[in-house]
Amino acid sequence: MKIIVTVKQVPDTSGRIAVNPDGTLNRASMQTIINPDDLNAIEAALDLKDELGCKVVAITMGPPPAEGMLRELMAMGVDESILVSGREFSGSDTYATSQILAAAIDTYGIDEDDIIMSGRQAIDGDTAQVGPQMAEKLGLPQVSYAGEIKKEGNTLTIKRMLEDGYMTLRVKTPCLVTCIKELNTPRFMNVWDILHTYEKPLKVMDYEALKDHPLMDKSTIGLQGSPTNILTSFTPPLKGAGRILEGSGKETTDELAGILSDKHII
Amino acid sequence: MAYDSRDIASFKNVWVFCEQRQGKMMPTSYELLSEGRKLANELNVDLCGILLGDDIEELAKDLGKYGADKVYVYDSPFLKNYTTEGYTKIICEAVQEFKPEIMIFGASNIGRDLAPRCAARLHTGLCADCTHLDIDMPNYKDFLREASTLTEERISGLGVIRLFGEDHDINMDMKMTRPAFGGNLMASIVCPRFRPSMATVRPGVMKKVVLETPHACEIIHPDFVLTEGDFDTEVLEVVKAARKMVDLIGADYIVSVGRGISKDIEGGIKLAEELADVLGGVVGSSRAVVDAGWLPADHQVGQTGKTVHPKVYVALGISGAIQHQAGMKDSGTIIAVNKNETAPIFEIADYGIVGDLFKVTPLLIDSIKKIKEEK
Ligand SMILES: Cc1cc2nc3c(=O)[nH]c(=O)nc-3n(C[C@H](O)[C@H](O)[C@H](O)COP(=O)(O)OP(=O)(O)OC[C@H]3O[C@@H](n4cnc5c(N)ncnc54)[C@H](O)[C@@H]3O)c2cc1C
Ligand SMILES: Cc1cc2nc3c(=O)[nH]c(=O)nc-3n(C[C@H](O)[C@H](O)[C@H](O)COP(=O)(O)OP(=O)(O)OC[C@H]3O[C@@H](n4cnc5c(N)ncnc54)[C@H](O)[C@@H]3O)c2cc1C
Repeated sequence: MKIIVTVKQVPDTSGRIAVNPDGTLNRASMQTIINPDDLNAIEAALDLKDELGCKVVAITMGPPPAEGMLRELMAMGVDESILVSGREFSGSDTYATSQILAAAIDTYGIDEDDIIMSGRQAIDGDTAQVGPQMAEKLGLPQVSYAGEIKKEGNTLTIKRMLEDGYMTLRVKTPCLVTCIKELNTPRFMNVWDILHTYEKPLKVMDYEALKDHPLMDKSTIGLQGSPTNILTSFTPPLKGAGRILEGSGKETTDELAGILSDKHII
Repeated sequence: MAYDSRDIASFKNVWVFCEQRQGKMMPTSYELLSEGRKLANELNVDLCGILLGDDIEELAKDLGKYGADKVYVYDSPFLKNYTTEGYTKIICEAVQEFKPEIMIFGASNIGRDLAPRCAARLHTGLCADCTHLDIDMPNYKDFLREASTLTEERISGLGVIRLFGEDHDINMDMKMTRPAFGGNLMASIVCPRFRPSMATVRPGVMKKVVLETPHACEIIHPDFVLTEGDFDTEVLEVVKAARKMVDLIGADYIVSVGRGISKDIEGGIKLAEELADVLGGVVGSSRAVVDAGWLPADHQVGQTGKTVHPKVYVALGISGAIQHQAGMKDSGTIIAVNKNETAPIFEIADYGIVGDLFKVTPLLIDSIKKIKEEK
């Protein structure tokens, strides 16, 4: 049994973000981090590893420096990693990204009792589409928004969180699960795994390595193979700054109530 | 002839996935129908709903009020609860049979599970969590003039994109605009080479419009087959949260609290409730408050919470992080109370008061009460 976790390296979007004059993002100015939901997926996998002794494999598609992130994950307890990297893959939308990741996962191999885990959503593209689209391409059942996962034999019992409650589902492996932050608290790196991270296997898969897979067709990967195109990107204008009222006492709140009433807002 | 998602000319009409849960329509479905009506008018085609469930005929009858010309109803005990595989099968078969050119879903947890799976099967593009949709190019450009910092030169130059060495006119493509990078960046996406052009749309963003004269809405029951073999997940239970969820999306007045209430959590929440009562609204919060367990998650406004546009949004002790702004900056009037005059919330507030929320809020409650009584 193994668990394959898809992990994306993303720019840290929590601070203010630098935008180039043409409306595109200045990525160079941003620090990269491990996509937060993916850390929850890693934790869920390591949790099952602690319980059942299975193997955990992290896979990412990204530029070569993403190796650093994979080493970090192996220092947390991940056993093996795969770096999917190649010029042919760049510019992929979620359809093409899923196509490539599914081909890589399938090439690596999926057994009867395996699980694929993903984050719900990456904080840069923000689409939450890659998980379900990979599941479709792999022909596996999916459960998204997992808030609780239990495994018994070849069966997973999962709480799928909804806006107004939740649904409990039973699904057989192999399957794909997308994880949310409520699922767990990710662990830190540990000394033993830090010491051994460079001894753990890290496989690189480029276009050559994957090109014979049926999902890998130049018309379905990269920019060429992406059904969506970005027409334009832009930053919203700052809302015309309002006014800070003078003071903070009764006159000020009376003034504010007066303005709201005059404008028929209240 | 085999189904081919590249055969653009063979696709027609605008479709809306009408999501119901336990026999109740999700309010977003009405918002999407109203938005779909606008798109269908711009294309001069029909607006169709697609409704899946068990014993849902009654729900279908209502949709003419929101402008639907047709509703495709798939009624079966197998569709009682949402399952990815059951719903995907029906929707993909329906799309292959009836070939809509546009298909929109609510960006609910279910819509965001279902739509990507369908798009992957149908070999077409999907734009996530949209906040604005256009067909008409002049309207789209007007939208950009208002909502972006792009130069007039860039905006008026839009209309043709280069696709693999060829010019492609995007006048008749749906322009789908969405926030990415945590709301720091907006992107307009098109799906020029495939149909249907698919989008999930953020709940609470589009305006629901009830028509004075409902459309005569035709109800269609297409043939379909579902068997136990089509399912690989089993729904063991569906649990509705016991507590009544706060209706942030429908509220005209929202008073939100942030970490600024930390010195007296109960007192702070009570003040927010009182102010919300006086205004006739509800209480929201920042994520910090939810993470700390002071209020349940359904109160959260922002990127990972709800997007709201009330008439008035009052932020008490909220710093105004970009992720919070992502959910509230389009409110009619924003009022901020914060003791730190450099808090980013003041950059987007229409009216700010620099001060201690525990002192200012009771005064504001009195002032508003007084003014309302005078009216
Ligand atoms: C501004 C902007 C807007 C965009 N809008 C759209 C759009 O509307 N539709 C569209 O199809 N594409 C869109 N894209 C392209 C999209 O961001 C990329 O295809 C991206 O590679 C994957 O999408 P995501 O970041 O949204 O990931 P998500 O789908 O949010 O990611 C979900 C999970 O999938 C896994 N995953 C995702 N990417 C990788 C990876 N590279 N390696 C390993 N695991 C991964 C992770 O587990 C992650 O948690 C947009 C891109 C930009 C810059
Ligand atoms: C991926 C991601 C997603 C996120 N999604 C969301 C989201 O959906 N919604 C969201 O809100 N946040 C979200 N956040 C978190 C966000 O970045 C901020 O951390 C959060 O909004 C801060 O909440 P706050 O303003 O309540 O707290 P703080 O930033 O700590 O601000 C508290 C404010 O209260 C003021 N204050 C203190 N005492 C008083 C007093 N007595 N009277 C008046 N003012 C006082 C302080 O001056 C300060 O400005 C997200 C973050 C990430 C990374």
